[in-house]
Amino acid sequence: MKEIYLDNSATTIVCKNAADKILELLTLKYGNPSSLHEKGIEAENELKVARSIIAKSLDCDTREIYFTSGGTESNNLALFGAAFARKKFGNRIVTTEIEHSSVLESAYELERLGFEVVYLKPDKYGYVSKNDISDAINKDTILVSIMMVNNELGSILPVDCVKKIIKQNNSSALLHIDAVQAYGKMLVKPHKLGADLLTISAHKVHGPKGVGALFISKGVKILPRIFGGLQEERIRPGTQAAPLIAGFGEAVKEFGDINKRLVEIQELRDYCVSKLEQLERIHINSACEAIPYVINFSTCLFRSETILHYLGARNIYVSSGSACSKGKKSHVLESALKDKKLIDSAIRVSFSKYSTKEDVDIFINALSDGIKKLVRSN
Amino acid sequence: MKEVLLIKLGEVVLKGLNRRGFEDVLLKNIRMSLKKVGNFSVSISQSTIYVLPVDDKSDIDNAVEKISKIFGIAAFSRACAAQKNMDDIKLKAQEYLKDKLEFAKTFKVESKRADKRFPMKSPEISAEIGGHILEKFPNIKVDVHNPDVTIMVEIRESGAYISADVFAGAGGLPVGTADKAMVLISGGIDSPVAAWMMAKRGVQLKAIHFASPPYTSPRAEQKVHELLERVSLYSGSIELITVPFTEIQENIKNKCPEEFFTIIMRRIMMQIAQRIALDYNCKALITGESLGQVASQTMHAIACTQEPLTMPVFRPLIGMDKDEIVSISRKINTFEISIQPYEDCCTVFTPKHPKTKPILKYVKQAESTVDFKPLIDECIKNIKVLNI
Repeated sequence: MKEIYLDNSATTIVCKNAADKILELLTLKYGNPSSLHEKGIEAENELKVARSIIAKSLDCDTREIYFTSGGTESNNLALFGAAFARKKFGNRIVTTEIEHSSVLESAYELERLGFEVVYLKPDKYGYVSKNDISDAINKDTILVSIMMVNNELGSILPVDCVKKIIKQNNSSALLHIDAVQAYGKMLVKPHKLGADLLTISAHKVHGPKGVGALFISKGVKILPRIFGGLQEERIRPGTQAAPLIAGFGEAVKEFGDINKRLVEIQELRDYCVSKLEQLERIHINSACEAIPYVINFSTCLFRSETILHYLGARNIYVSSGSACSKGKKSHVLESALKDKKLIDSAIRVSFSKYSTKEDVDIFINALSDGIKKLVRSN
Repeated sequence: MKEVLLIKLGEVVLKGLNRRGFEDVLLKNIRMSLKKVGNFSVSISQSTIYVLPVDDKSDIDNAVEKISKIFGIAAFSRACAAQKNMDDIKLKAQEYLKDKLEFAKTFKVESKRADKRFPMKSPEISAEIGGHILEKFPNIKVDVHNPDVTIMVEIRESGAYISADVFAGAGGLPVGTADKAMVLISGGIDSPVAAWMMAKRGVQLKAIHFASPPYTSPRAEQKVHELLERVSLYSGSIELITVPFTEIQENIKNKCPEEFFTIIMRRIMMQIAQRIALDYNCKALITGESLGQVASQTMHAIACTQEPLTMPVFRPLIGMDKDEIVSISRKINTFEISIQPYEDCCTVFTPKHPKTKPILKYVKQAESTVDFKPLIDECIKNIKVLNI
């Protein structure tokens, strides 16, 4: 049975070149990048290469890239680092209800520490309006943290307008964009977006798990969360995970033409949606304008887990929501969809550059079989 | 210095003429359990079990951990062995308890002379050891009522033993002295606790789990494995039988009235469990039912699930509150596993309004819409067995 992996928003397969590179650093170029000797320089050079590849992909300076252990750490660093650095300018933080848990939980903690946090509500497609953003930002606002693409619904949020809104509202707030689900799928140019801080992660783009980065725009000062050596300009001390970072670089090197691929994936998405719509009672939760890499739909007839395991037994892998909240109800779907029946039966299919029409056909056939065979829940 | 464990038997000592049999099972259980943490010699004399490390690889700390989970033990202590003369006992006591006595303010000595050939009587032994300790540790005083440290000196046939730490044992009866029983385990909080409680009364456990993929999660099965692993630290290895239950559940859902789903499902589960239990030589079933906890655990409902059975069903949690059950599950470290949120056989197709007072006649009527016999046979043919 061919493996059909359609859960690429959870994580992706590591591409061959990245895997080779990681092995090379683990076994040959294993030096500590901070060591003065040749073995250290060898590893440091690999870091430099990766840093410049990633900087290039973001159209930014290499000195604006700070490597971390992944999306969660980057988001924590961005929120806490910015909130404490800007404390003297105000007390208000603006974010949305549909952020990743690493942003939301950080925000809850900041609230406990005395900050005022505003959580913007999404519409049923997971879209947050410019007006709502504008209404929430005032002079007292020190940080706005908004995701570029929602991980569960694929909605594309209007992050490109936020910096302008901040200025219009006479606020000096920093803008943090969580671009984990956008990076590699659409063009992410932090300077163009007006981002002060921007989070990316390797394992969503065919790199390894355990590494990510935070873009910090030149001149923006945030405070570190951990303390130690001189690595990453002391913003993120600790010996760099050189093998993982080098693997990250290799994966980014293979991005290719992002816009061209977006068109291809759009075709795949449209094909898949048209097939889904032919099945009984399927409700597409993602908007037409959502990023085509993600399709969220509800069967309305079966609990998400039933379909997930039915497909899993056939070597087809989809998600019932965010993979981070194992079995618990998704806060994103609760906030956007509201209807219990839609939430309880929601399935997310997410593509990667390796997804094919054949994959979609196999998935649709299995799903259609399942809908016929399985016993409906209430 | 040679450290040993002295184990005091629990209820076993009350077993009259059967006592020997109980002791043998307990010794076997102790040996089995210690095998994993090194080489120990285990022997019994005068109602005390002696555990002696045979070589350097045998870690006494790990042995303590294991012993604390073996049923049939009232208490045990770590002790230092000495020769049966006062000079050696004094010297060993002083060295062995040095760390404790240096930081304590008060102490007392208790002595027990099981070997009556020893020339001094118990109070004389206590007095002399106490005098020696006072001399060597000038900052410590005697307090016979509320001492920080109680030094126990035991003179036995095999030697003299000095100890200061007495630990409570797990209590109960040695596993294997009370036949076999089969516990129905879903993955929730209650059934592992029920299993543990019956193991405590000497029951050797088998377990049965109903899986309904794809409606239930493979993780629910994994969860059951983990739960049983935790229970097995007390009960010894458990044979787990997993029953493929999908077809039966689909039939119930499709053909029976909704309000009776759960009660019919439980009746069938119990019948399958009884049949498999008989095949596996079990004499009873065990469930985690607690009266009134949910619709299927009311007196009416229990009567309905009991009706097709001939085997006794043990329900050790029947009179317990949820918080009492939770506190045991925390103690035996199953709680954290139990609360992981995966779909299991009990959460699939739960009716919106289940009957809390089902009447057998109507349940049977509802059940008769499906011929379950061949489905049950098929289920039993396809069970999976795993040793945990």
